Order: sequence, then C-alpha cells, then structure tokens
Amino acid sequence: MIRITCPFCGERDHSEFSYGGDATVAYPALDAPVEDWNAAVYERRNPRGPHKEYWHHLNGCRSWLVVERDTLTHEVGKVEFAHPGLRESVEGGA
Amino acid sequence: MSHYSVWSVLREGLRGQTGWDRAWRDPEPKPEYDVVIIGGGGHGLATAYYLAKNHGITNVAVVEKGWLGGGNTGRNTTIVRSNYALPVSTQFYEHSVQLWENLSHDLNYNVMFSQRGQLGLFHTPAARDGAAKRVNTMNACGIEASLLNRDQVIRMVPHLDYSENARFPIIGAVLQKRAGTARHDAVAWGFARGADQRGVDILQQTEVTGILREGGKAVGVETSRGTIRAKKVGVAVAGSTGHVMAMAGIERLPIESHKLQAFVSEPLKPLLDFVIGYGAPGAHFYISQSDKGGMVFGGDLDFYNSYAQRGNLPIVQDVAECAMAIMPCLGRVKLLRHWAGIMDMSMDGTHIMSKTPVDKLYMNAGWCYGGFKATPASGWHFADLIANDRPDELTAAFSLDRFERGYAIDEKGMGPTPKLH
Repeated sequence: MIRITCPFCGERDHSEFSYGGDATVAYPALDAPVEDWNAAVYERRNPRGPHKEYWHHLNGCRSWLVVERDTLTHEVGKVEFAHPGLRESVEGGA
Repeated sequence: MSHYSVWSVLREGLRGQTGWDRAWRDPEPKPEYDVVIIGGGGHGLATAYYLAKNHGITNVAVVEKGWLGGGNTGRNTTIVRSNYALPVSTQFYEHSVQLWENLSHDLNYNVMFSQRGQLGLFHTPAARDGAAKRVNTMNACGIEASLLNRDQVIRMVPHLDYSENARFPIIGAVLQKRAGTARHDAVAWGFARGADQRGVDILQQTEVTGILREGGKAVGVETSRGTIRAKKVGVAVAGSTGHVMAMAGIERLPIESHKLQAFVSEPLKPLLDFVIGYGAPGAHFYISQSDKGGMVFGGDLDFYNSYAQRGNLPIVQDVAECAMAIMPCLGRVKLLRHWAGIMDMSMDGTHIMSKTPVDKLYMNAGWCYGGFKATPASGWHFADLIANDRPDELTAAFSLDRFERGYAIDEKGMGPTPKLH
C-alpha cells in the first residue's frame, strides 16, 4: 500500500485516492497549432523514477493533489494541493 | 541441432537422457549484424524467427538484458483470442490465432496451444448489444464467433453464480471456440530455438545502454558487452519502451507504463475447461485452468504509473471479489503466487508497430493487456516491417503517428487515458 499524506486529512492509504495522471502536462491555448495539442493530449514522458502526478482524494476531502512519487520504488515525496488558491489559503496559514 | 520427435524421446529414454543438445547457443556478440532486435521476450524472439524464416535475414542478434521470457512473456495469463470489436484489431489478432494453430508444428516445439474456447460473459442488455456488435464484426471479418443466451452458458459452465442475488447476473456470453491458452515459457523457448537454428544470435545478460545514431539514422547499439553495429534496429521491449526509446532521443510517446497483476492458485482437479472473462463497471476478470491444475486469473491494472514489477494489495482484494462474484466455488481455494508485469498502456488501447522519427529504428510497443496472444503475429508483421522498411496492409493502421493524424484505434471508446483501456 502506498501512503499519501493529504495536506488536509493527513496520511492515508492510496486506496482512498483516485489517480489522475501526469501533472507536468500543460495544455496550450485553444488556438495553438495541432502539434502542441497532440503533445498535450497524447504524448507523455513516462519516466522510470521521479514522477509528478495528480491524485484525487476521492474518498476523503475530495481535493486534487500534486504528488511527487518514484515510479520505480513507489516512494512518495512532496504532496501539495493542485489548486494554487487552496494551496495558499491552507498552507499559507492565513 | 536435433529435431524433436517421438523417436528422439524414445531414443533418449533408452540412452538415459544423455544425448540432448542445448536448445540454443550462447554466442559471443559479433561486431555487426544486419538487424539487432532489442528485447528477448516472445515478440523479439518471434521477430527474429520470422526475419530468418520469411525474409531470409539470418545475420540477426536478439539482445536481452536478463533471460529469455523473463518479462511479460513469463508474467501473463496466457489467453489467446481474437474477439475484438474493431475490424483492424480483430483481423490482426485473427492472423495471430491462425499462426498459433500451427505454431507447435512450425517450431517443432510444443507450445501446448489448447483451443478450449473462450466465453466473454455479459450482464446487462446494453452489454449484450455491445457483444452482438462484436460478434457481427467478427463474422463480417470471416471469424467464427457466436452469441449465447443464459441457458446455453449454464449448460456449458454450470458452476458459475447464476443465483437470483448474483452480483453480476449472467444473461449470456460471446463464445469464440478457437480461443484458448498456451504455455508461455514454451513460446519464448520455441521461438528462440527456431531462430537460433536459422543462425540468429541470442545474447542474454546483455543490456542495451545506448542506441547509436549517425545523421538521424540508427546504426547500432551500445551494450554491457560492447558496441554492436547494425543496419537496422528493432525495439520490442514492452514495459520499458519509454526508457529504451529515450536512448534514441525520442523522449515522449503515447504510452504510460502501468503494472498488471496475475494470480495462480494451488493445483485443483479439472474444474474449468473454458477461458472465462467478464467486464462490467467496477469489475474486470479473466480466468482459466492451467494444465497443472492451477487456476490462472487476473483483473485490472493497479491504476497508477509504475515500473515496479510487484503488486499492491488493494487489487488483490479487488480481483478476489471479482472471482467470488462469478465463481463462488473458488472461495476456499488457496492462492499459490501472485506477481506483476509492467505493461505499455497506449493512449488508445491499441499497440504501436511502426517506423519512428529515427531512420532504420522500428518500434513494437503499447500492447496493453493483449501482448501474449499477439506474439506470433507481432513477430510476423514486425519482421516484415523491418525487412521491407514499410508497414504491410495489416499493420499500417498501427503507426506511431496515428494519434496526430486523428486515427486512434480506441476499442473501448475510452479516450486518451491509458489506465482505462
């Protein structure tokens, strides 16, 4: 079992979460050339090692998180809210 | 190299089994080959075999990091079938089934192909419509398949859960009689022996560490046993495709690596003489009984990117629930082993067999759940692609650039989310 420390709920089993894929994909502008859209929709780096990815705390607080995880060892590193506003208001301590 | 036959078995029986040769050589790498295939799994070995047999190209090396068939070839649930919903897929896999049917004779090696038939169960009227479409597509492609109702399924496999309160009530099934299972190790060994007999060098314990390029063209590989030059390089390393293709400067592909677990129970007396599979929202399961009696089964991915060849417990529970939902008689059966393999999950759920942006570099990847059954056809058509430097009629649709051109082959209509295929 992978354990992910949700910044809101604390450390939980990964079975509470739903995987959301590569978090480094940046979507281009709507009128960007087709090559850019092809890259964003279809192409992945798929690294063997550190990977930045989305997890949705589906059976918890329902926050979308960005998790740094190693795809070879499954070791979890930094976890933070995917939404920058949420990150600021919760982690900023305001 | 000796020919295997009933006479050789009798002769060796009388000679105390002292006269058997090695099934394949263990040669030193030559400095240069016509073709280097990276990956000594079923697909790579089959490619080398058909390069030699169909195209007369025998100056070939298969370069394997570990041992033959130690990756996904030895980690799957050995099911062979060709019941796909899209014509290009079902035709490709049908060619594979046809090759399987004569493979033991062709290789002079018993791959124990058992055409026991496969039943794909369905549980809702909508799923029955989908199944009927699939049967019609197959029949239109000249492949025999039939739609069974509930009573017919009960007669064929009486010990599934047909009760009133079944979690997944069985209302019928798609039957493909020519589907079945094969012995996975024997497939790798048979192709290895056949390729070796035709002059192919099989280099085990030889890790590829780089792909040599000159002027945008692949010209060989760097390995842990030195540099090997080649006129053409084929990559058949499903599970590690991204890692190997990055060595050729191709950093991004329409593939994610995921792990899939498989399971085998303690050996039982004959219990199941079909391959059974079903998929419903929240459940995915397939099971058969091996010749040794073990129940061999599997389910869904672990659902997150991974290169770790080991499973995770939530899916063990998930698959056990799927098993109990359909075959409650398995409840007291002990699990013997479970393991995981790394699969190339492509963006549309279909494999990629293609030329690449690097000239003379060819890739065979993205097999999702379906790599084992494809082994002979994969080798056949990949060899053809490499030999002729162009895809044949049956494989043109599986090109790497199909995504960009808008011709994804999305069997399940799931969209570009690899874990869902």
